[in-house]
Amino acid sequence: METIVKSNQQQVFAPWTDPQNKPLLRFENVTKKFGDFTAVDNLTLDIYEREFFALLGPSGCGKTTMMRMLAGFELPTTGRILLGDNDLKDTPPHKRPVNMMFQSYALFPHMSVEQNIAFGLKQDKRPKQEIKERVEEMLSLVQLEAFAKRKPHQLSGGQKQRVALARSLAKKPKLLLLDEPLGALDKKLREQTQFELMNIQEKLGMTFVIVTHDQEEAMTVASRIAVMDHGRIKQVATPAEIYEYPNSRYVADFLGDVNIVEGRVGVTTGETASLNWAEGQSHLAVSTKERPQSGDTAWIAVRPEKVRISKEMPEEADNCLQGEVWDIGYTGNISTYHVKLANGQMIKAQVANRQHLANRPITWEDSVYVYWEKGAGVLLQS
Amino acid sequence: MAVTQPADLVETEEVSTQAQEGIGQKVLIAVPYVWLLVFFLAPFFIVFKMSLSDIAISIPPYTPTFDLSEGWDGLVALWNALDLENYVWLTEDDLYWKSYVSSLKVASISTLLALLIGYPIAYSMAKAPSEWRSTLVMLIILPFWTSFLIRVYAWVGILKKEGFLNYALMWLGVIDEPLTILNTNTAVYIGIVYSYLPFMVLPLYAVLEKMDGALLEAANDLGCSPIKTFWIITIPLSLPGIIAGCFLVFIPAVGEFVIPDLLGGSNTLMIGKTLWTEFFSNRDWPVASAVAVILLLLLIIPIVLFQKQQEKQMKEDG
Amino acid sequence: MLRFNWLNATTLTLGFVFLYLPILLLIIYSFNESRLVTVWAGFSTKWYGSVFQNEDFINAAWVTVRVGVISATIATVLGTMAALMLSRAGPFLGRTLFSGMIYAPMVMPEVITGLSLLLLFVSMDFTRGFWTVTIAHITFSMCYAAVVVSARLVSFEKSYEEAAQDLGCTKFSAFMQVTLPIIAPSVAAGWLLAFTLSLDDLVIASFASGPGATTLPMKIYSQVRIGVSPEINALSTILVAVVSIGVITASLAMKRAEVKRKREEQLAFAG
Repeated sequence: METIVKSNQQQVFAPWTDPQNKPLLRFENVTKKFGDFTAVDNLTLDIYEREFFALLGPSGCGKTTMMRMLAGFELPTTGRILLGDNDLKDTPPHKRPVNMMFQSYALFPHMSVEQNIAFGLKQDKRPKQEIKERVEEMLSLVQLEAFAKRKPHQLSGGQKQRVALARSLAKKPKLLLLDEPLGALDKKLREQTQFELMNIQEKLGMTFVIVTHDQEEAMTVASRIAVMDHGRIKQVATPAEIYEYPNSRYVADFLGDVNIVEGRVGVTTGETASLNWAEGQSHLAVSTKERPQSGDTAWIAVRPEKVRISKEMPEEADNCLQGEVWDIGYTGNISTYHVKLANGQMIKAQVANRQHLANRPITWEDSVYVYWEKGAGVLLQS
Repeated sequence: MAVTQPADLVETEEVSTQAQEGIGQKVLIAVPYVWLLVFFLAPFFIVFKMSLSDIAISIPPYTPTFDLSEGWDGLVALWNALDLENYVWLTEDDLYWKSYVSSLKVASISTLLALLIGYPIAYSMAKAPSEWRSTLVMLIILPFWTSFLIRVYAWVGILKKEGFLNYALMWLGVIDEPLTILNTNTAVYIGIVYSYLPFMVLPLYAVLEKMDGALLEAANDLGCSPIKTFWIITIPLSLPGIIAGCFLVFIPAVGEFVIPDLLGGSNTLMIGKTLWTEFFSNRDWPVASAVAVILLLLLIIPIVLFQKQQEKQMKEDG
Repeated sequence: MLRFNWLNATTLTLGFVFLYLPILLLIIYSFNESRLVTVWAGFSTKWYGSVFQNEDFINAAWVTVRVGVISATIATVLGTMAALMLSRAGPFLGRTLFSGMIYAPMVMPEVITGLSLLLLFVSMDFTRGFWTVTIAHITFSMCYAAVVVSARLVSFEKSYEEAAQDLGCTKFSAFMQVTLPIIAPSVAAGWLLAFTLSLDDLVIASFASGPGATTLPMKIYSQVRIGVSPEINALSTILVAVVSIGVITASLAMKRAEVKRKREEQLAFAG
């Protein structure tokens, strides 16, 4: 996962941490209903200038509806969407300083690459010379100078994607919406294009809002991610925060792989809470800044790569459980051990394969110990 | 970000363009709608009113006529002058109900024949190598583009006593005496099947072509003989096409005029022809209108059934 | 599917012989020297000469072409508007009635449509002639045009129009700049269909027409009732040839464009 990318910026970009900053875009208690179906449910959200903001969720979670409301193709049933100080309610799509890159690209098939890119500028009746220059600029931005005269059907998938991007950027929108922009590309091309998108966004200093169901994509490109479910936002945070400190089982489970252990809160001492998770088993320890109520149901979430595994009992570990290797998932670079505990609970532990397969000591039905530090887990209360 | 004031200006301008778009949409709806109301729906009411009027030797050849200047009294007088006399007449003279029955009979038989001829053609087309198929479809459609009248006329030369068919049959020694085919119901069946065959073949082809070949292979694999497979798999799955094709042939065939007129004889009664004669030869507009009203009522049932079937099919297809 | 076999080949051959032989005989015998239609007396084009010298035919043909072009053009505009309504407009008052009126003329017996239009023209005191035939043809052929265009609009991706609006077009200009050029082949097909329907129509024209506006089918019909004549064969051949060449050219052009497009797509994919 590419969570470290943003760290190469000299200054940390985090306008949302300063309450003095005004957001570029604000959803205020926005609800959108289609008949009886509530697509977006009383949602409030701020997006700041120069952000690369990702709306992440499964299909049907309302993320596309939010994007369509921003573009103006849908109007909120209740609530307001503010761009700067202006309510967008009465501005139809063609007057909004917002452009969209469509999932299907929607490149006009009867126009050449050039004409597609110039289309928006022509609608604004810009001078010919300006349009020409701007189109050239855009073509060089997406490295498609040689393809200017081609029609969309003469382009490969990746080239189409870049034309669509250039077309939506040509008018220098205040906000660029990207609806599953990489969904139609194969995996390798997608990864490469993610970095291109980030570079372009940084270079132009524009605000991007991306809708995606691909958590890796969101983590790679976004400055912040909003995880959505059933028309509501579950959590808004940076990729690292959302991965390391999810606020709910839903978020923990949606992003990456996770072990979740249910139990009751025991005593909390300092910043360490304990969880009673099974009869006759030692309590699990977890670091937390909160003060959970003793006796409440709670969950510990711990990522498989933070769980270690060995045949011998570790000398020192905050949490250590004994079990039997039930299954091994081998994916080349890593192996995931599914360890069945005495009470039937499964714990996954991931180990990087530093040695050849034949040399690995742990195999099916071995009795093993799985263990992790108290700081590796997160205490969840929902 | 734009400051508040210009944004306000933008908004007021917006309202007006949105209103304009609303008007644009209304025009879009109104023009074809009004056209069809005036030139398609309204005439039916006039036909209905006419069917309640009486024939007159005048121009126009019926009474009563309605003059707006007479106002309410004129309307009352008009109402009083209308009666069901023409409909009574239709039941009394057996020419009319014989025409109706005969139209339905001719249309049914022709539809069945078209199905029997069209199904093997559609089936063979669907089985043809895929690179031929678009050409085959084109060949089926092409006659539909060329003049209906000319295609029917072409059969006159074939079917008449000294025509090509008799000539060929006698040359082959099948018959000694020329057959009388032209001006009989047989000629009408041939004409209808010939003219409407594309309407039967195309919907059949559409379903047969979509049919998954694996279904037939699965049936064979499970021990079904090819002939049995055809009966219990292919035919039931092509039922939507069969229904659509039959309606598309039956409905226009009932009201057909050109075919019975050119190929049929004096004893070929078909309602379209009867209406035509009533109107052009007898100049009895009111009776012609009454015939039209009854024909319409007769056709509404199959048309509505067809519409229902199509809607159901559309829903099932997604 | 089971393999294509000789039985299928025979079926198709017989089927196409049935469909094409009558027309073929008509064409062959239009070049017959003899007036007797079924007796071959040598090759001749004299009947074509007499068709072109027959002023009635020429006048009727001219009326037919004018009616055809005008009615097809108006019918295509109205039909496209109707198709847009059916596929785009949300629920509006009388939607069911409207879609009923689009489909009904296609299944309505021509004698009824013709009679009802005639009675309308009489009651509105319209003088029957060129324009009444044109109006009648617009009315039934716009429905066909509407069906052809709306079949295309159903599969038309809405995101093209949304993209155009997003880039600054009003709904109307998005339609003119993006939708219309993309669906143009279907609109052209709708026009061609409307035109040939008008060219073919006998029954409705017979009701709606008046003195001085005899269309070619009406002329042919009045001759045909008397019997088969080589002159009519020649005229029919000309009509069939014109329409077939038009339709075949149009569909070959479309197919060629399609093939070219496919090839270019493959090239783009490979490169």
